[in-house]
Amino acid sequence: MTRYTRRTRRTLQVTGVGVAALLALSACSSGSDSSSKKDSSSASKDSAKKVTGTVTVFAAASLKESFTTLGKDFEKAHPGTKVTFSFGGSDTLAASITGGAPADVFAAASPKTMAIVTDKKDAATAPSTFVRNQLEIATLPGNPDKVASLKDLTKSGLKVVLCDKTVPCGAAAQKALDASKLKLTPVSYEQDVKSALTKVELKEADAAVVYKTDVKAAGSKVEGVEFPESANAINDYPIALLKDAPNAEAAKEFIALVQSVEGQEVLTAAGFLKP
Amino acid sequence: MTELDKSGAAAEVLTGGDTRGAGPRRPRARPGARGRGVPLPLLVPALVGLAFLLLPLIALLVRAPWRTLPDQLTSPEVWQALQLSLICATAATAVSLVLGVPLAWLLARTEFPGRGFVRALVTLPLVLPPVVGGVALLLALGRNGVVGQLLDSWFGITLPFTTAGVVVAESFVAMPFLVISVEGTLRAADPRFEEAATTLGASRFTAFRRVTLPLIMPGIAAGAVLAWARALGEFGATITFAGNFPGRTQTMPLAVYLALQNDPAAALALSLVLLAVSIAVLAGLRDRWMTAS
Amino acid sequence: MTHIDHVSGGLPADDIRADGLDAHLVVDRGTFCLDVALRAAPGDVVALLGPNGAGKTTALRALAGLTPLTDGHLCLDGATLDRMAPESRPVGVVFQDYLLFPHLSALDNVAFGPRCHGVSKAEAREQAAKWLDRMGLADHHGAKPRRLSGGQAQRVAVARALATHPRLLLLDEPLAALDARTRLDVRAQLRRHLADFEAVAVLVTHDPLDAMVLADRLVVIEHGRVVQEGAPADIARHPRTDYIAQLVGLNLYKGQADGHVVRVDSGPDVATSEELSGPAFVAFPPSAVTLYRDRPTGASARNLWRCQVAGLETHGDQIRADLTGELALAADLTTVAAAELNLHPGAPVWATVKATQTHAYPA
Repeated sequence: MTRYTRRTRRTLQVTGVGVAALLALSACSSGSDSSSKKDSSSASKDSAKKVTGTVTVFAAASLKESFTTLGKDFEKAHPGTKVTFSFGGSDTLAASITGGAPADVFAAASPKTMAIVTDKKDAATAPSTFVRNQLEIATLPGNPDKVASLKDLTKSGLKVVLCDKTVPCGAAAQKALDASKLKLTPVSYEQDVKSALTKVELKEADAAVVYKTDVKAAGSKVEGVEFPESANAINDYPIALLKDAPNAEAAKEFIALVQSVEGQEVLTAAGFLKP
Repeated sequence: MTELDKSGAAAEVLTGGDTRGAGPRRPRARPGARGRGVPLPLLVPALVGLAFLLLPLIALLVRAPWRTLPDQLTSPEVWQALQLSLICATAATAVSLVLGVPLAWLLARTEFPGRGFVRALVTLPLVLPPVVGGVALLLALGRNGVVGQLLDSWFGITLPFTTAGVVVAESFVAMPFLVISVEGTLRAADPRFEEAATTLGASRFTAFRRVTLPLIMPGIAAGAVLAWARALGEFGATITFAGNFPGRTQTMPLAVYLALQNDPAAALALSLVLLAVSIAVLAGLRDRWMTAS
Repeated sequence: MTHIDHVSGGLPADDIRADGLDAHLVVDRGTFCLDVALRAAPGDVVALLGPNGAGKTTALRALAGLTPLTDGHLCLDGATLDRMAPESRPVGVVFQDYLLFPHLSALDNVAFGPRCHGVSKAEAREQAAKWLDRMGLADHHGAKPRRLSGGQAQRVAVARALATHPRLLLLDEPLAALDARTRLDVRAQLRRHLADFEAVAVLVTHDPLDAMVLADRLVVIEHGRVVQEGAPADIARHPRTDYIAQLVGLNLYKGQADGHVVRVDSGPDVATSEELSGPAFVAFPPSAVTLYRDRPTGASARNLWRCQVAGLETHGDQIRADLTGELALAADLTTVAAAELNLHPGAPVWATVKATQTHAYPA
C-alpha cells in the first residue's frame, strides 16, 4: 500500500482542492506537471489548421458506441483523416501506453487509470474531465422484484451482484452504500462492470449496481432504476493528448470534438453526464 | 491427434514418466544411461525451454514483497481463499475421475459412429477461452439455463454463486486433461488383458475394474494431477460461472486477480502462497508414486 | 493341393454327438476368410497346425468368442455358443504370451476365474493354491508374473485357464515363448496335463513337433481352409500338401498311379512298392536318396534321375542337398560323402531312390 499513499500525496499537492472529491472516490487522480505543459506548448507551435492522417485513440470500453460515432463524424468533418480505436479496460490501456504503444489520445474511465499515464509523464496535456458516469441499478426486464431504491437491494432472497471493491464501479457502489448506511451482502463481487451486468442479462442475478451507460447499452435486456444515493458516487472520465503522439495536430482536433457541444450530445445520448 | 500426444507427454513429465503397466515387463531406465553426452541440438533448446518456463517464476520470487509478506499471509481472507481453492480443486478432480475415466474408456475401447468427432468435442474446453466456458456453463446450468432451470424448478438447486458452482466450473475445464491422459494410457495398454479377463468369466465391467483400472493407474494418477493443477489455477470459468464472494466462491486465482487491480504487492504474495502449496502437493504425490511402484 | 471336405474329413458325418465340440467357424474379414469345421470328443486334444497367417489364431478367437462368427455354428456339449458372450462360455484360454495380469500374484491370477464365477475370495484362493501346487508351483504363490520364469508363467497360465473348469480349453502357441531347453520340460508337463484333461482341448501351433507330441489329432489349416486332418502319425506318413511334407521332412509328389509306378505331374515316373491306380501321392524321405557323381552302372534302383545341386545346408550332422532337374528333391548325406562327391551348387549329380523306400497313397 505504500506506493499508493505516496502517489496520492503528490497528486494532492499538484492538483489541489478541485479534485479532492475524485481522490476520495478512487484513491488516485489525474496529475499534471510542468514537463507535460511544456510539451504541449511546443507541439502547438507548429500547428496548422488543416489536419490529415490517422488518429489513434485508446479509450475505455464503456466509450465504444459513442466514440465510434464521433470517429465517423470526425472523418466526415476532416476529409483525409482516419480515426482508429483501441477499446479496452482503462488499466490495460494505460499499461500499454506506458509500455510504449503508439497512441495519440487516451480517454480513461477513471482519474486513477489516467494517473498511471500522467505519473509516467506520458501525457502531453493535463487531462480534463469530458464526461461523468453515474451508478444505476440494473434489474431484470420489467423489474419483477419491484426494486426502487438502494435499500430494496438488501431484501433477503434477492440475488444482487456488485463490482469488486478493487474496480471503480465497485468502489463507487460501496461509497453509495456507506453514505446511506446500508449493509448489502451480494452473491458475488464481479471483476468488472460488464460481468456484473451479464449476470443480470442472463437472469442469474436479480439486480446489479452498474453504470447508467451500461444499462443503456444493454437495451431491453435489463431495466435501469435510478437511485438518489448515486449522486454520492459519480465517476469522472478524463481525456488527454499523449506525449509521443504520432499525429498530435489531428489528435487535438479530436479531443476538441469530444468536448464540443455536438460531441457532448452524442455522449449524453449514451447515458453519460456532462462534466 | 498431436493434441493427445502433447498432453500425454505432459502427463509423463509430471509423473516422472512412470506410466508403466501397459506391458507386463518393461525394463526400468538404467542409471548408467544418463551419464553419456547429450547432443547440443537437444541440450540448448532444452535449457532455453527450461529457462523460459522458470524465468517468470524466478521473477515472481525476486520481486516478491518479502518484508510485508508475513502481514499479507496472516490475513484470514488469504487462508479462506486457499482453503476454498484446495477443497474445490480436489472435489473437481474427484468429479473428473468419476466421469472422466469411464469417458476415456469409452473413447479408447469402443467403436461408435462419430467417435473421432466426440473426441474432438471432449478437448473443446481446452481451446475454449475459460471465460466463454463460464458463460456457456451459465447458459446450460444457470438459474435460467437449459438444464439449470429444471434443476431449479425440480430440486431447488441453483449452481451459480455457490461453492458447488466453483467445482462445476473447475471440473469443466480440468476434466479434458484427465480424459486425454487416461485415454492415451488406455490406448497404450494391451487390450488383450481385458480379453483374457473375459475368457475367465469376467464381465466387461469386471474386467475394467479388476484388470484395466489397476493397469492404467499411473496414467490415471498423472491425469488427476494435471486436472488438479488445472483446477487449482482456474480463473476465467470460475469467476464467470460462480462469481466472486470471499469464503464461498473466491478461490486463490480470483483473489490474486482482484488484488492485482489495486494492490500488486498483495497479489504477488497470494501467488507465492498458491505456488508453494502447488509445488508441495505435486512433489509429495510424485514421491509417493515413485516409491509405490 | 487337395482340398479335404471338412464335413467328411476326420469323423463320420452321421455321428451326431451331444458331448464335445462341433463347430463350423466362418469368419469373413474381406481380405481374409476363415472357413473351418472342427469336431472333437471330450478328452480329445486337437492341434490346429498351419503356417503364419493361415487363420489358426482367428479360429481360436472365434471359439473363445473374442471374434464373432460371420456364419457357421458352434456347439459345445450340445449347447449352442454362437451368440454367447465370451465371459459366459465354458471356455478357458492359454494365450500365446500368457497375458498374466501383471498387478496380481500368481495365486490371484489363478483365483481370478473362480472369483468371477461367484466363488468366495477365500475359497477361490484355496482352489488356486491347489492348482498351483499341482503345477509344481507351490513355492511361487505370491510371485508377481514379472518374477516368474517363462516356464513358470506358462504353467500359471494353464492353471488359470483350468481353474474355471472349462469344457473347452484353448491354447495359442503354448510353447512358442519358451527357449529350447525349457520347452522340452514344459512340453512333457503340458502333455501330462492335457492327458488328464477330461474335456476338449484345442491348441494352435506352427511347430509340428509340439502338435504331434501334444495332440491326438491334427487339423492342418492353410489360407483359412482345412487342408488335411487326421492322426499325427498318419499325417506324418501321408502328407497331402507341400507345407506338411516340408514340416514332416518328406519329398512329396502328386501324380497318376498305374500299378507300381506313379507318373508325377509334369515329371518322371516314380517306382513304388505299393500297387495303386488313379490319382496318388508318392513320398520318400531325403535320407532314402543316394547320390552319385557319375551315372551308376548296374544299379538295381529303378528310380534314377539326372539332377543338379541347387543348394546345400547343414542339417544336424548331415548335409541336406536341394536338387533340381528331372525331379526336384531334397537329399540327405553325410559330410564325408558330400566331400567325396565334391558337391557344390551347380554340380551335376545322379539321384536314386529304392522303390521300397517310397510310399504311395491315393490322393
